[in-house]
Amino acid sequence: MSDITKQSLSELVENIKSKKLSSSEVTKAFVERSEKSKELNAYITEDYANAFNKAKKFDEKPNLDLKLPGIPMAVKDLFCTKDLRTTAGSKILNNFVPTYESTVTQNIWNEGAILMGKLNCDEFAMGSSNETSFFGNVQNPVDKNLVPGGSSGGSSSAVAAQLTPITIGTDTGGSIRQPASFTGTVGLKPTYGSCSRYGIVAFASSLDQAGPMAQNVKDCALLQEVMSTYDEKDSTSIDFKRNNYSKELTKDIKGKKIGIPKEYRVDGMPKEIEDLWKKGIEYAKDCGAEIIDISLPHTNYALPTYYIVAPAEASSNLARYDGVKYGFRAEGENLIDMYEKTRSEGFGAEVQRRIMIGTYVLSSGYYDAYYLKAQKVRKLIKNDFDDAYEKVDAILTPSTPSSAFKIGEKTNDPVSMYLNDIFTVPVNLAGLPGISIPAGHDAKGYPLGLQIIGKAFDEQNILNIAHAMEEKINFKNNITDWWIK
Amino acid sequence: MSKNKSEYLINRHDNQYEVVIGLEVHAQVTSESKLFSTSATKFGAEPNTQVSLVDAAFPGMLPVINEYCVKQAIKTGIGLKAKINKRSVFDRKNYFYADLPQGYQISQFKDPIVGEGKVILDMPDGQKEVGIERLHLEQDAGKSIHDLDPKNTFVDLNRSGVALMEIVSKPDLRSPDEVNAYIKKLRSIMRYLGTCDGNMQEGSLRADVNVSVRKKGSKEFGTRCEIKNVNSIKFMQMAIEYEANRQVDLIEDGQTIDQETRLFDTKKNETRSMRSKEDAHDYRYFPDPDLLPLEVSDDFIENLKSEIPELPDEKKKRFIEKFKLSPYEANILVSDIETSNYFENVIKKSDVKLATNWIIGELFAALNEKNLEITESPISAGNLSKLINLIKDGTISGKIAKTVFEQMMEGDKDPKKIVEEKGLKQESDPKALEALIDKVIDDNRDKATEYKSGKVKLFGFFVGQVMKVSGGKANPQLVNKILKKKL
Repeated sequence: MSDITKQSLSELVENIKSKKLSSSEVTKAFVERSEKSKELNAYITEDYANAFNKAKKFDEKPNLDLKLPGIPMAVKDLFCTKDLRTTAGSKILNNFVPTYESTVTQNIWNEGAILMGKLNCDEFAMGSSNETSFFGNVQNPVDKNLVPGGSSGGSSSAVAAQLTPITIGTDTGGSIRQPASFTGTVGLKPTYGSCSRYGIVAFASSLDQAGPMAQNVKDCALLQEVMSTYDEKDSTSIDFKRNNYSKELTKDIKGKKIGIPKEYRVDGMPKEIEDLWKKGIEYAKDCGAEIIDISLPHTNYALPTYYIVAPAEASSNLARYDGVKYGFRAEGENLIDMYEKTRSEGFGAEVQRRIMIGTYVLSSGYYDAYYLKAQKVRKLIKNDFDDAYEKVDAILTPSTPSSAFKIGEKTNDPVSMYLNDIFTVPVNLAGLPGISIPAGHDAKGYPLGLQIIGKAFDEQNILNIAHAMEEKINFKNNITDWWIK
Repeated sequence: MSKNKSEYLINRHDNQYEVVIGLEVHAQVTSESKLFSTSATKFGAEPNTQVSLVDAAFPGMLPVINEYCVKQAIKTGIGLKAKINKRSVFDRKNYFYADLPQGYQISQFKDPIVGEGKVILDMPDGQKEVGIERLHLEQDAGKSIHDLDPKNTFVDLNRSGVALMEIVSKPDLRSPDEVNAYIKKLRSIMRYLGTCDGNMQEGSLRADVNVSVRKKGSKEFGTRCEIKNVNSIKFMQMAIEYEANRQVDLIEDGQTIDQETRLFDTKKNETRSMRSKEDAHDYRYFPDPDLLPLEVSDDFIENLKSEIPELPDEKKKRFIEKFKLSPYEANILVSDIETSNYFENVIKKSDVKLATNWIIGELFAALNEKNLEITESPISAGNLSKLINLIKDGTISGKIAKTVFEQMMEGDKDPKKIVEEKGLKQESDPKALEALIDKVIDDNRDKATEYKSGKVKLFGFFVGQVMKVSGGKANPQLVNKILKKKL
């Protein structure tokens, strides 16, 4: 069977279940394409030999009742994988091999999937372009020298370039949805507490959430169904009734009320984004949804709030990387000297910047003015959504204020880089689910995404809306395989 | 009133200074596993054998609260007659140290699990109430070992993550003696509750001591210094004495006291500056986002209340009322749960008054001499009870009983058997005694004559002789009676 890598997850599962394809064939196809795609720099660590062994084992005694039978996949290098190096894109974990498996990846392997390798990402998931990775930047398959978004940039690039049929990312302020939008793929950030954080290298604990990334909504739904479980090992995991998202997926969204928040019409938003949003509204109407104008009055404060809360938590979460127990160590004259050298050499500039911001906002004398106030604003932002959901079932916005930008374009302008997250961070601050679907192209032919935000635990609803709109939009990614010689 | 009797004051020139002390006691929660992980907490294990991935702060590891430790903290709060906070919050206290794997300690800062309470001290001149400010749960750090290698420091993480209760007193203590009584009382309450074993040698109980001084009569508090991590009552008392005198000297010298953290050097018996207020760490406390606020229901608290045993204060009251013990005796017997259990076992089948005297007197002295705890007593409560009954029913005299007791201390033997085997049974047959007494009088005719002529002091001599001849077995009451008659 030709073009295995062009198949969606659903097709691959179907073909393996009907024995038209073996796991080994599928694995071989994706590994070969990955091998030919080194220029994208999507992988940090390849684990192909083990993947072949696992595929062979699967084929010897295939369990076809599993949801991901023998499906190979690569995952973001923020998920700890037993016996396979996990770096978080950082020099400080360059040599770190976990003896344990994250709950989310374990759930995936339990359903028969096979690990191919670990995907590049911004260092400790801090970035919007995958340029802060110690392992170099990642190419967007859409065009040469274009960023794939971040922090799950290796993941978005790999899915868009079909190096892996599906993948998983993490989203703290937009790190799944923004790269999905930049690469013409689908990415879901679930409700906070839906996917366990156990075994995921922490960035900002109260915001981090793992989620699926795929070629289409249905694949995302299936992967989310596998990933999301209640986990006693994560105290913030929430025990709620989880749907069989893929089975219950429907395009019937007739009568669903979709809110359009006026505050998302930000100053200086490119016309093509405005137009995309308008088109999205038309698509939603075509699907039978009712459009309602709403207000999320504290939207303006979301970005500054995020850039206080996230660095504050990060500054503390990253304190454990001190050269004492594992990971990189630079020798020093004494303990303090060792700490300073290890952390100066081990962390990149963006991580250091955020540790410093976080340390500052938590410092005595500044805590009340920054951290405490940010927590209060966060509550107001959450309240905004609660109020809106009195009137609507979901909210539709652009995913990002622009299409993908060139590598190097924003590296010296952190604030402009941070502005990329303007539409995605409020969702994390409120702990809500959000999905980005590809919805069109800008003038340069680069993909643009629309975001659908749901009520807490209402993943099924936004997946349904995304599924219905996806059909109307009928997006086609123009990927030319330019990197394959 | 008698209050002044034990008042602890420091005199310099014409000034009298009062010492104000507050304690932050760190008590290790008695629990099989750690506060946020399932690792064991056994003392004395090989280094780094009781360490989970959570304790060692591996990437992606998350804390999960140990419900048992929460129960232990609430029970302790109930024992301290304190307010239990139904909602408490775990915060991160951020600082770098090699034995702090996370780079922060999970503690409770603004919202502790237990609020204000009190502890009653029995001082020689009456009772004293000491206020409890709060009790909060936190994790212990690991241990840095600096003396195993000339160049390197080794780290043992067995203790990392072990649950501690920090019990903060109000600045209500006024002397080293009160500190002694306070620590002992706190320890006693927690041992009754089974929430902390109070073992200071193993570091289960240690304290930061806040000391300030002020002129007697002054209402204002002086500037305080905090003496960190003192691990015995004796050292606490020595540190307070040194520190209070140091502060008084400074004031008398016209200098001011810097608010600072100090260390007590047990070898030199002095406190030394560790860091000043200016150098104090900025711990950047903030609520731990890995843990939700801890919420407990009224039912949860009520259930724990029903599990609280009789505590020392109540037990003391009962002993005084029911057994007519003196407050002094009751205090000694309730001071720890094992002693009171022992006492109550002994008196199940024997006389209370005798039991009290024998336990407080002979038994404590003997245990003390052998450096044994009551739980290690060679004499079981049952056998002590038998011994007391032998005295009570006249089988042996008190004096013989001491001999039997000494033999019992060598191994827990049944006193009845010892009495039988050694023929120590008291001679109470009047006829046999008369024969004995006749012989003694006969052998000492001259003294008998002197006695009769009015030298009544010699009566004691005759009693002694009779006892001697009988090998101490003659019933002393009967001997007295018969001798009086015969002489």
